[in-house]
Amino acid sequence: MSIFSKLTEKPWLAQPEGMDPSLLQPAATYWPARTALRFFLATVTVIFLLFIMTMLGRSQMGDFHALAGEPWLPFDRPVQLWWNTGILLLSSLAMQVGLWLARKDQLQASLLAVMLAVLFVLGFMLAQWYVWQQLALAGFGLTTNPASSYFYLLTAVHLAHLFGGVVALGGLLQRYWRRQSSDKVVASLALCTTYWHYLFGIWLVLFALLTSSAGTIDSLAALCGF
Amino acid sequence: MTQTAIAEHADEHHPTSFVSKYIWSQDHKVIAIQYSITAIFVGLVALVLSGLMRLQLGFPDQFSFINPESYLQFVTMHGMIMVVYLLTALLLGGFGNYLIPLMIGARDMVFPLLNMLSYWTYLLSVIVLLASFFVPGGPTGAGWTLYPPQAILPGTPGADWGILLMLISLGIFIVAFTMGGLNYVCTILQARTKGMTLMRMPLTIWGIFVATIMGLLAFPALLVSAIMMMMDKVVGTSFFMPAIISMGETLDHTGGSPILFQHLFWFFGHPEVYIVALPAFGIVSDILATHARKNIFGYRMMVWAIVVIGLLSFVVWAHHMYVSGMNPYFGFFFATTTLIIAVPTALKVYNWILTLWKGNIHLTVPMLFAIGFIFTFIHGGLSGLFLGNVVIDLPLSDTYFVVGHFHMVMGLSPILVLYAALYHWFPKVTGRMLHTGLGKIHFWTTLVGAYSVFLPMHYLGILGVPRRYFGMAGTDYIPESAQLLNANITVAAIIVAVVQLVFIVNVIISLRSGEKAPANPWGATTLEWQTPDNPPKHGNWGPEAPVVYRWAYDFSVPGAKDDFIPQNVPNSAVEVTDAAAFAEAGK
Repeated sequence: MSIFSKLTEKPWLAQPEGMDPSLLQPAATYWPARTALRFFLATVTVIFLLFIMTMLGRSQMGDFHALAGEPWLPFDRPVQLWWNTGILLLSSLAMQVGLWLARKDQLQASLLAVMLAVLFVLGFMLAQWYVWQQLALAGFGLTTNPASSYFYLLTAVHLAHLFGGVVALGGLLQRYWRRQSSDKVVASLALCTTYWHYLFGIWLVLFALLTSSAGTIDSLAALCGF
Repeated sequence: MTQTAIAEHADEHHPTSFVSKYIWSQDHKVIAIQYSITAIFVGLVALVLSGLMRLQLGFPDQFSFINPESYLQFVTMHGMIMVVYLLTALLLGGFGNYLIPLMIGARDMVFPLLNMLSYWTYLLSVIVLLASFFVPGGPTGAGWTLYPPQAILPGTPGADWGILLMLISLGIFIVAFTMGGLNYVCTILQARTKGMTLMRMPLTIWGIFVATIMGLLAFPALLVSAIMMMMDKVVGTSFFMPAIISMGETLDHTGGSPILFQHLFWFFGHPEVYIVALPAFGIVSDILATHARKNIFGYRMMVWAIVVIGLLSFVVWAHHMYVSGMNPYFGFFFATTTLIIAVPTALKVYNWILTLWKGNIHLTVPMLFAIGFIFTFIHGGLSGLFLGNVVIDLPLSDTYFVVGHFHMVMGLSPILVLYAALYHWFPKVTGRMLHTGLGKIHFWTTLVGAYSVFLPMHYLGILGVPRRYFGMAGTDYIPESAQLLNANITVAAIIVAVVQLVFIVNVIISLRSGEKAPANPWGATTLEWQTPDNPPKHGNWGPEAPVVYRWAYDFSVPGAKDDFIPQNVPNSAVEVTDAAAFAEAGK
C-alpha cells in the first residue's frame, strides 16, 4: 500500500469482524536497525549538505581562493587524494566481499574480509592525515584562507563519521567471536556495508568539491542562488 | 512499514536491582520520568532567570545583583533553556518516551539501551550548560540566537568560557536527541501492535512522529553552525567572522559572513518552533476529544495538516531575518510561505473548536488547560501574521511586540499543553489523581497572570520599546506610563512564577496521599489507559499484547451503552443499547 492510500484511509469506518485487513496482513520484516540507519543517513546527508551549502555561500566572498585550477595550487593534480580514494574504495569493496561471504555462510573468510576493510579504513585515515601535513607544509594552514579551512573541516567531519563506523563495526566483530548464527552477522554486516558505501559516496562528493577550480565552485554557487 | 509481530522482541531486559530499575533503567516509562524531572528542574532555573529579568525591567536599578552583563546572561540562558532543554526535552524525551510504546501497543522502545544513553547524554548536556554559571565570566550573554560576531568577541558577557560551554552543550544535546529521535521514529514505524495502522494512531503520536523526523533533519543545522562558530572562536578560522576591529585591535578574521550563521541558525530555529508545537497540537487534540466526549473533528485533515506544517516549516526560516539585509524578493518569498503555513495551522484551530461544538464538555483541569491553549495560540498566531509580513515586521522588529508574540505562541501555549498533559496522564504515571481544587487555582492564576504579562507587551512593542535592553535611559519617545506598565507586568510575572509552586505542592501531596486513580479515570479510548496494571509494569501489557480494532476517537457512538469504546474492544464486545443506531453509525 502506498503512503498516499494509507493517508486517505477512513479509520472511523469499522471493518467487518474478522475481515480487518490490518489484522490479516502478514507481519512486515521486523528490522528496526535498518529503519534507524535510513533515518541516520538522512541526518548525515543534511549535515554534509549544509556544510557544502555554507561553503558555496562563503566562496562568493572575495577572500575565498579555491585550492585547484592553477598549476601552483596544492590540489591542481591531487595525486595523493586519488591514492586515498583508492584505499577507501578497497575498504568498501572488502566490506562488500565480507557480506557476500557471510551470506554464503563462510564466516571465517567473511571475518578476514571485514578485518581487511577496517585495515584499509585506518590506512585511509593515516593517508588523510598525511595530506593535512603536506597541505600545511605547502603553506595552506587551517586559517590561511576559507577554502583550506573548509578542506580541513569537511575531511575531519568525514573522518569522524568513518571512526563512528569503525566503532559500530566493533560490535559486529563481537558477533563473529561469539560465533552467532550467520543470519545475525549478515543482518549487522549488511547495515555496516551500506554505511561504508555511503561514506565512500560522500567522500567522492567532497573530493570533487574540494579540488574544484574557482570557476566550477562559482558555477555551483550560482546554481544554488549565491 | 506496516505493523509487525512486535513487542515480543522488546522484552529482553528485565530490571533486577534498584539501580537497573530506577537509575540505569532501560524501561521507557522510567526514562520518560527521568527526562521529565530533569527538564522541569532546568525549566525552573529558566523561570527564576525570567523573574530576575523582570525585576530589572519593572524596577530599574533597584537590585544591585543585576547589572547589564548579568541581565544579558539571564536573557540568553532563559531563552535557550526554555526552547531546547525544557520544551523539546519534555515534549519528546518525556511525553514521547512515555506515550509512544503505550499508545501504539508496544512493550518498549525498539532500542532500549540507546534510549537510556539518550537520557544520560541529555543530562550531561544540561550539566555542561549549567556549569557555565560557574566559570570565569559566567554564561554567554549573546542572546539565545548566539549571533556572531558579537557572540565570541570581548565585550559580550561570557565570550571566553560561556559561549564555548553553550556550543558544546548544544552539540551534546543534539547527539542525545538523535539517539532518542531514531528510537521514537523506528518504534512508531516498526513496533505498532496488530491492527494499529498509521491512520488509527492517536494524534499525539502523529505529532510526536512528524516532530521527531523534523528534529532529525533540523538539528544538524544547529550542529553545523555550532561546529563552525567554535572553530572561529578557538582556532581562528573565518567562517562567520568578518574583518573586524574589536576593542581598538584589528583581529585576524577576514571576509566571513555573519548572515550565513543566521541562515543556518534559523534553518534549525524555525522548524524547532514546530518541533515543539506539533507534539503539543497532537496532545491537545486527544485531550479535547476525550474531555468533550466527542470524536476529533476532521481526523484525516488533522493528520495531513501535521504533515504539511512539518514540510512547510523548512521553507519559512528567513522570516526571522527581514531586518538582516536580504534580497527583497527573498522577503516576498518567505512572507508568502509564512502566510501559507498559517492555512493548515488555522485549519487545526477550527477543528479543535468544532470538536468542542455541541460536545459533552467536562471542565476538568486538563480540559481547562487545553481550552486555555486555544486562546493563547489564537492570540499568538494572529500576532504572527503581523510579523510574517515584511512591511509590518520592519517597525515591530526587536520590540516587545515580538517578545509578546513568541511568548504567546511558543512559550505560554506549549506550557499550557504540557500542564494539560501532566494533569491528564499523572493518574496513569503514578496511579494517583492530582488534586482538582489546587489544579483549578493553578490554571486560573496561570492563565490570567500570563495574559497580564504578555498581552501588554504587544502594546509596549507598538510604542517602540526595544527588547533585550537593560535600561531605557534617554528614550524620549517612550512615555513614562510604559514604565508603569512594565512594573505591572513584573508583578504579574512574579505572581505567575510563584503560583507554579502550587503545582509542585499538588504533585507532592498527591503522590503521598492523593486519591487512588482508577485504571481509566477520564473514560479515554487510547491504549495506554487499557493496561492490565495501573501504573503499567515493565513490559506494559502482561502476557498478551493488545489488538486494535478501531481508531482512537470512538466517543459517544450512537447506540453504544458507554460514551467511549476503547481501541482494543472488538464490535462483538461492545455493549449496545440500540443495535440499529449502532449499525447506522457505521460500526
